[in-house]
Amino acid sequence: MYTQGLDAPGDRPVAPVPADDAAHEARFQARVDAEEKIEPKDWMPEGYRQTLVRQISQHAHSEIVGMLPEGNWITRAPTLLRKSILIAKVQDEGGHGAYLYSAAETLGVSREQLIDQLLSGKAKYSTIFNYPTPTWADVGAIGWLVDGAAIMNQIPLCRCSYGPYARAMVRVCKEESFHQRQGYEIMLRLAKGTPAQRQMAQDALNRWWWPSLMMFGPSDTDSKHSAQSMQWKIKRFSNDELRQKFVDFTVPQADFLGIRVPDPELRWDAEAGCYRFGAIDWSEFNEVLRGHGPCNRERLEERRQAHAEGAWVREAAVAYAEKVRERSAGKAA
Amino acid sequence: MSASQNWPLYEIFIRARGGLDHKHVGSLHAVDARMALEHARDVYTRRQEGVSIWAVRSTDIHASDPGESDSLFEPARDKVYRHPTFYDIPDAVKTL
Repeated sequence: MYTQGLDAPGDRPVAPVPADDAAHEARFQARVDAEEKIEPKDWMPEGYRQTLVRQISQHAHSEIVGMLPEGNWITRAPTLLRKSILIAKVQDEGGHGAYLYSAAETLGVSREQLIDQLLSGKAKYSTIFNYPTPTWADVGAIGWLVDGAAIMNQIPLCRCSYGPYARAMVRVCKEESFHQRQGYEIMLRLAKGTPAQRQMAQDALNRWWWPSLMMFGPSDTDSKHSAQSMQWKIKRFSNDELRQKFVDFTVPQADFLGIRVPDPELRWDAEAGCYRFGAIDWSEFNEVLRGHGPCNRERLEERRQAHAEGAWVREAAVAYAEKVRERSAGKAA
Repeated sequence: MSASQNWPLYEIFIRARGGLDHKHVGSLHAVDARMALEHARDVYTRRQEGVSIWAVRSTDIHASDPGESDSLFEPARDKVYRHPTFYDIPDAVKTL
C-alpha cells in the first residue's frame, strides 16, 4: 500500500505533467465518483495531493502529540492493570501516528519534513491535546469523549477515496474501540464510587465536553475546505453532521453514568429525533488553534525535547547498521 | 539531519496464520532489515495479527505503471474461454 519508494527517491512529482490537465481531472473525478480508490502512482490534481498531505500529516501529528496528556498518567495509574492498559493505549497512538506518516509519505513528502513541520510549530494538530489532564478522571474522559469523537470522524475516512489513507484508517478504527471502552469503564467506576469520585467524573466531563465538540471543526458555514473535500470524497459527512451524531450518541451515555453534560441549553427534540445543544464558543477554539491554549507551549516543548534527546539513538543506529554492512562486505570479499 | 541519517523505507508483509499468504500491511523506516522486523512486530502485530513477517526495501519493489494498465492487461480481456463457465454442458452429464 505504501509504495512511494518505488522509483527515484526525493521530491519527484507525483505523476508526469499531463498534456491536458482538464481531461485528466475529468477522468480523475469520474473514478472518484465511481468509488474507485486513488493509489499513490495514479494521476491526481495537485490540490487533492496537497489537501491529503495536510490532512493526513495533521492527523499523524495529533496521534503523536495525543500520547502526551495520557502519558502524563502512566506513572500514576491507580492499579497495575490500569497502568498496563494505559501503556497499551498510548503505544497504539504511537502506532497510529506511524501508519499515518507512512500514508502521507506516499504523496511525496518525507518523514523528516513532516516531523520538522511539527517541531517548528508550522504544522497544526488537533486542538484537543492542548488541554491538561489534572486528574485520573481525565484519562477516562479522554478515552470516552476524545476517542469517541475521533471514531466518529475516522469511520467515514475508512471509505476515503485515497487508498493508503483509507487502509490506514481501517487499521486505526479496529484499535480505537478498545480506547473508547476502557475510557468509559474508568468513568463508570468513578460514577459508581464515592461522592468525591463521582465529582471527579463530573469535573472531567465539564472540562472535556466542549473541547470534544470542537474536535469536529468549524461549523459547515465557516469550514474552508469542506465542499472540495466532499467532492473528492476525502470527506463523507460535514462537520456539523458528525458533531450532531456524536452528541446524540454521547448524551445517553452520560445519563447512564449519572453525570450532567455542562450545557444548560441541551434538550431532546422529540420531533426531530435529536438533541439540541447550545452555541459553541469558537473564540476559545481559535485561541487554542493560534497557540494560546492551556498546554500548547508545553506539548511542543516536550516533543522537541524528546526528539533532541533521541538524536544520539537515531545516529548510533545508523552508524551500527553501517558497521555491520561493512563487516559483512569485508567477509564476502 | 543529513540525508545519510534518514532511515530507508521498508514494505512490511504479514502472514496472519499458518497456511495463508503474506499480505502487504504497510511500511516503516528502519536502519536495516533486523530493525525493520522488530519495528514491524511492534507496529503491525500488537494484537497477534501475524505468525511471520517479511520486510522488503521499498526501492527493491518493481511495479507496473498504472497509466499502462489497459495495454498491460488487455491480452486477457477477450479470452473468456479460459473460464469453465464458458462451456455449455447438458445437466445430464455428471461430475464435470
